[in-house]
Amino acid sequence: MAEAHHNEVDAASGVSTTGHEWDGIRELNNPLPRWWLWTFYACIAWAVAYWVVYPAWPMVSSYTSGVLGWRSRDAVQVQLAGLRAQRAVFAEKLEAASLDQIEQNPELLAFARAQGRAAFGDNCAPCHGAGAGGAKGYPNLNDDDWLWGGSLEQIHATITHGARSTDDAGHQGNMPAFGTDGILQRPDILAAADYVRSLSGLPPAPDAQIAKGKEVFEANCAACHGPEGKGNQELGAPNLTDGIWLYGSSRADIVADITHGRGGIMPAWGGRLDEGTIKALTVYVHTLGGGK
Amino acid sequence: MSASLEAAAPEAATATEDDAPLYAARRKIYPIAVHGRFRRIKWTILIVTLGIYYLLPFVRWDRGPGAPSQAVLIDFPNRRFYFFFIEIWPQEIYYITGLLILAALVLFFMNAVAGRIWCGYLCPQTVWTDLFQAIERLVEGDPRERREKLKHASRGQRAFEAAAKHVLWLMVAWWTGGAWVLYFADAPTLTMQLLKGQGPLVAYAWIGILTFTTYVLAGHMREQVCTYMCPWPRIQAALTDEYAFNVTYRYDRGEPRGSFKKTEALKLAGLPGGDCVDCKQCVAACPTGVDIREGAQLGCIQCGLCIDACDAIMTKLSRPAGLIAYDTEMNVRARQEGKPEQYRVLRPRTLLYAALIVVIGGIMVGTLATRSSENVAIIHDRNPFFVLLSDGSIRNAYTVRLVNKELVERRFSIAVAGVPEARVEVMGEPKEGGLPVVTVGPDQTTEVRLLVSTHTRLPAAASLDVDFTISDLATGASASARDHFKGP
Ligand code: SF4
Ligand code: SF4
Repeated sequence: MAEAHHNEVDAASGVSTTGHEWDGIRELNNPLPRWWLWTFYACIAWAVAYWVVYPAWPMVSSYTSGVLGWRSRDAVQVQLAGLRAQRAVFAEKLEAASLDQIEQNPELLAFARAQGRAAFGDNCAPCHGAGAGGAKGYPNLNDDDWLWGGSLEQIHATITHGARSTDDAGHQGNMPAFGTDGILQRPDILAAADYVRSLSGLPPAPDAQIAKGKEVFEANCAACHGPEGKGNQELGAPNLTDGIWLYGSSRADIVADITHGRGGIMPAWGGRLDEGTIKALTVYVHTLGGGK
Repeated sequence: MSASLEAAAPEAATATEDDAPLYAARRKIYPIAVHGRFRRIKWTILIVTLGIYYLLPFVRWDRGPGAPSQAVLIDFPNRRFYFFFIEIWPQEIYYITGLLILAALVLFFMNAVAGRIWCGYLCPQTVWTDLFQAIERLVEGDPRERREKLKHASRGQRAFEAAAKHVLWLMVAWWTGGAWVLYFADAPTLTMQLLKGQGPLVAYAWIGILTFTTYVLAGHMREQVCTYMCPWPRIQAALTDEYAFNVTYRYDRGEPRGSFKKTEALKLAGLPGGDCVDCKQCVAACPTGVDIREGAQLGCIQCGLCIDACDAIMTKLSRPAGLIAYDTEMNVRARQEGKPEQYRVLRPRTLLYAALIVVIGGIMVGTLATRSSENVAIIHDRNPFFVLLSDGSIRNAYTVRLVNKELVERRFSIAVAGVPEARVEVMGEPKEGGLPVVTVGPDQTTEVRLLVSTHTRLPAAASLDVDFTISDLATGASASARDHFKGP
């Protein structure tokens, strides 16, 4: 039945029909518009040319590379090179300038802070937090308490060489494990903890033995933390008289510190980041607010 | 049986009418040249608007050293829009929004008064199409000449003329695109760069795009843009009413139409004789191919050229002009029925649009005149919210952005109110009279890090309202912003 309609001409439009019919509705056999057809042919030609010119077909272990030899990896390299060239002007200035000079020059300072912020997010934020707010065991870099010193030079050295890191020039110094290594007995540790808490005016426990603790402190701890507990930045020994506690200020926390020892690790970034980036990081950390 | 056959015949007739194809092939329109009042208005508008468009980028405006000296400039790299004495920053984009609202209201107002006059006189599509048609007539002649040439002129001459026309069109189109890009960079510099072939790629790309669109839309698409593509005819049809003036064929006067001789004879005999002599000049003049005598219709853009064409004929025949005129269908019918005409320009909708235009325009001028030339924005550090210092005090850090919209360098002090015993410090900036002072360059913003700390013990989880006020040390002009101070 459908065949019968084939090439039948529709009366109203004067166009032949395709022979397809649905419930009496017949499909007109209008030709495609010419512009559409040519666009279609042009697309096919384009696609063929594309196969020839650009990488296209996957092979067993490689692909057809195209006569232009274009590779996406090279394109990225070119863009990266462009980016580096764009940054070079300031990056070179950063490398050449001293840390003080950077802080004096508003333009350079703004650039260093921006670059430092980005580099901080990439490299430092996993431990110190995105805003450098720190966490238990990871120092808050916004405050004014510095384990290894808060001057520009000291921060720069800490970032470059790290602390207790693989770099021999890095900071060394450990809090011994007085309890697990059998240096002190439990009652002495408790007494020392109570004494340490008293240094910063924290309220004493009811059974606190401050006097005994002082004896223990002077015999074991003062060597590093100083006779008054003010700490020693050469050794990374924290100041025990201020309000800032890296591992917590409760009696249990401090007892744990003395018993098991402490020694957080800051990696050395010297070999991994270029000097300009380290300077930028230094300036950024320094201007977070606590720099000395 | 025969009855059913008889019944089938008329049915078939209506069926073919219904089945007529929906698609009508386009008839190319070559309007004749007309002379008259509306043509003169259209030429004036064309010259003024295109003159402004092509030349405005070259108008200079001195803003002092360091600032661009172009009167109208959209400066994307520096994110500024300059319009003579006005400079707009990206955060003031609401002025542009206000302008767009005003533009829409003016369009509505024009529509309420006289229908699609925007389409007929001011729309870029109309203006450029008008220009392209003038070029077409200049090169290939009036439609009558065209028809003659089609019969008699050599193929070579016709091909040459067609080529000349397209070259001229492309030149206008290219100039249109060229003028466009000049609004986005210093015009004289960019012109030189473009001429030397050293212009930025994006400029060439935009010139190419606009050359193409102008050439296609004004040269080839023409009235099809108005009839099929543009949304305004649809919108305006929903906004208009019976009082709006439209180009109207006054059939009360024109019908019954007929030749001059015949109608004069009819009139002499005291019989009804219309003024329309059916010369079809109105149709020949119409750039959209409309026969206005069939009444108001979608294709008509209210350009008034048919009025000029008809007035010319009427003057020749010593009949009064205005057989076609800006009038309303309502009044034509009223005259026919001998009722009084009604013209009401002042109606609720025109008054409302006018009032809105005045109010919004007033608000814009008011805010523009009183806007401050300095500003401050604060972002409180979120991570960490606060920092405990070794001496037990609490510190909050803020990022402060100071905005200086004046074309000179200014120095601002920053005062902080709302935190007891506050110590305020801006990283790397000096203090004067106990307040930190920040220098902001001309027409720039500066971002600084501001630290506020206090010794005072705050209640647990405290959040204090803090006001930051920046004051120009020279003029005392100030701006402030509010944020919070958080404690543990
Ligand atoms: S009918 Fe008259 S007013 Fe309407 S577009 Fe044509 S010439 Fe212009
Ligand atoms: S131009 Fe005037 S007189 Fe001539 S056909 Fe049109 S309306 Fe009639």
